[in-house]
Amino acid sequence: MTLLQERMPTATPQRRRGGLARGQALAAGGFLLPNLVLISVFLLLPLVLAFVISFEKLGSLGPGEYLGINNYADLLKDRVFWETLRNTGVFTLFSIPIAMAAGLGIAVLLNSVLPGRTLYRSIIFLPLVISGISTGVLGAWMFDQYNGFVNKFLATLGISGPSWQANGTWAMASVIIVTVWQRVGFDMLIYLAGLQGVSSEVQEAATVDGASAWQRFRHVVFPLLGPSTFFLLVMNMIYSFQVFDTVWAMTRGGPDYATTTVSTYAYRTSFDEHGPQQLGYGAAVGVVIYLITLAITAAQWRFSSTRDQTD
Amino acid sequence: MSTTTTPAQAPATSATRRPRTRRSPWFWARLALAVVITLVMFFPLYWMILTSFSPQSELYSAGLRWWPHHFTLDNYRDPIDLYPVWHWFWNSFVIATLTTLITVVCNLLAGYAFAKIRFRGRNPLFLLLLSTMMIPVQAVMVPQFRVSVDLGLFGNIWAVILPESAAVFGVFLARQFFVAIPDELLEAARVDGAGHVRAFVQIVLPLCKPLVAVLVLLTFSSEWNSFAWPLVALFSNNELFTLPLGIVTDLQGQYSSNYGAIMAISLLMTLPMIVLFVAFQRYFVQGLARSGIK
Repeated sequence: MTLLQERMPTATPQRRRGGLARGQALAAGGFLLPNLVLISVFLLLPLVLAFVISFEKLGSLGPGEYLGINNYADLLKDRVFWETLRNTGVFTLFSIPIAMAAGLGIAVLLNSVLPGRTLYRSIIFLPLVISGISTGVLGAWMFDQYNGFVNKFLATLGISGPSWQANGTWAMASVIIVTVWQRVGFDMLIYLAGLQGVSSEVQEAATVDGASAWQRFRHVVFPLLGPSTFFLLVMNMIYSFQVFDTVWAMTRGGPDYATTTVSTYAYRTSFDEHGPQQLGYGAAVGVVIYLITLAITAAQWRFSSTRDQTD
Repeated sequence: MSTTTTPAQAPATSATRRPRTRRSPWFWARLALAVVITLVMFFPLYWMILTSFSPQSELYSAGLRWWPHHFTLDNYRDPIDLYPVWHWFWNSFVIATLTTLITVVCNLLAGYAFAKIRFRGRNPLFLLLLSTMMIPVQAVMVPQFRVSVDLGLFGNIWAVILPESAAVFGVFLARQFFVAIPDELLEAARVDGAGHVRAFVQIVLPLCKPLVAVLVLLTFSSEWNSFAWPLVALFSNNELFTLPLGIVTDLQGQYSSNYGAIMAISLLMTLPMIVLFVAFQRYFVQGLARSGIK
């Protein structure tokens, strides 16, 4: 993202010629209008309304009743909410490093000359085009504790597999494994694109200087992949806080609330099998998710830009 | 995983330049590793296919079967007889196609404006747009629901299409791609009296095939697979159910003890995406690489 800012030329040189600038502004307006209208009506306006509704008691679509900060106060006291927050943290802390490290490793492997590497890349990327729902039902089936592949396979090795559905910790582990399976292709692809920007001359220079393969990777290639790493960190983090489909189809957030993440909780409180529920409270959960995502991204942004400066 | 694969990579790159050591042990180790990883990654899909063609008795018998001993189509036939699966298919197709059309056109236009038109407030506006990427569906779903009701969208597919078309990731990709197109190319057209519209249509568009491929693939797959918002928007209206909704709401409840049927319909849902992906994938790395995400 810092790269982005560098590349954006400032508007100053153009401002001298007023007529032309106005023409440009008009043209820009025309090009931007469709996107901006959709974003404003369906994202920005709802975001503002979400803040408003989060201060209301709202059971259905009728007018809400102003509650002040009650929803937020309730949220602080809501043990389930804290549990879902912790679940999201666990999910994030395990899935992101594993998927990114694996993605990087595979990218480096498949960036080298190998017969059939395009095919390997495609297959590893494939899970990403499979829906979260299919992935979730597939995960539920693979990790079925009685008839699923995983436990039957473990049994052939003489290991008695865990009860993936009944035990909260194992349920979360299975959700993380399935997520990593689905996401690793994306991380690989972004790192592959990044590796294409690492010139072989730099690597050769390091070789001439006597750097070992690992040293070259650690001190030459990996630092040059910084922007990819940053981009992936942000994208994965956003994904983690919004993960819904896979979890919903795989465990419905269970057993109990063991795999309920903040976003599944936001859905559960707002809507359930019977339609709209505690909409105000659900909105408050949503607002908190948004604020957390924003804070994390801002922190990463700051961290990344200071690191770029020291480089 | 990275610690085992990365040291293997670098010597091999230099090794390929020296024909003498071309088939070094490292080469075979890397090849073996790549094949193993690929097989492991492909395995769940294989299991899905296998399950969908296996009779129920085989799925629930003790022990592992690596291929179906008795091939059956019942897992496809039964749910298709009982549920409007083709109707769900059609709904998904219509919704995903229209959303993709609207989204990609909007993204390309906006991307062009941010990359090639200089106007005041461009950078702040772009950052504002990027920040909307962080808005989770769950944060805005309640008010989105309200806005859509107020706009009279409920009860038809536009309740899904329009809110889902409010997408920004594509603007970001398009902008990065267009920035890489040299300004001189456009200046030449401008000197000839062409406006932005003509420059966009006649010069930029023909150059951005890989970009369009990436955008279409990403948007279509995310819409085809979309679940959270359609669940809210179409919940009360099972006439308009899409495939993911049908699978989760109807099939998963009904067939909770029969994974064959769920796998079969999930596979049916996945097939068009695989076809689309295979057709477009050669543009994919190229499109992403040229979009400057690196």
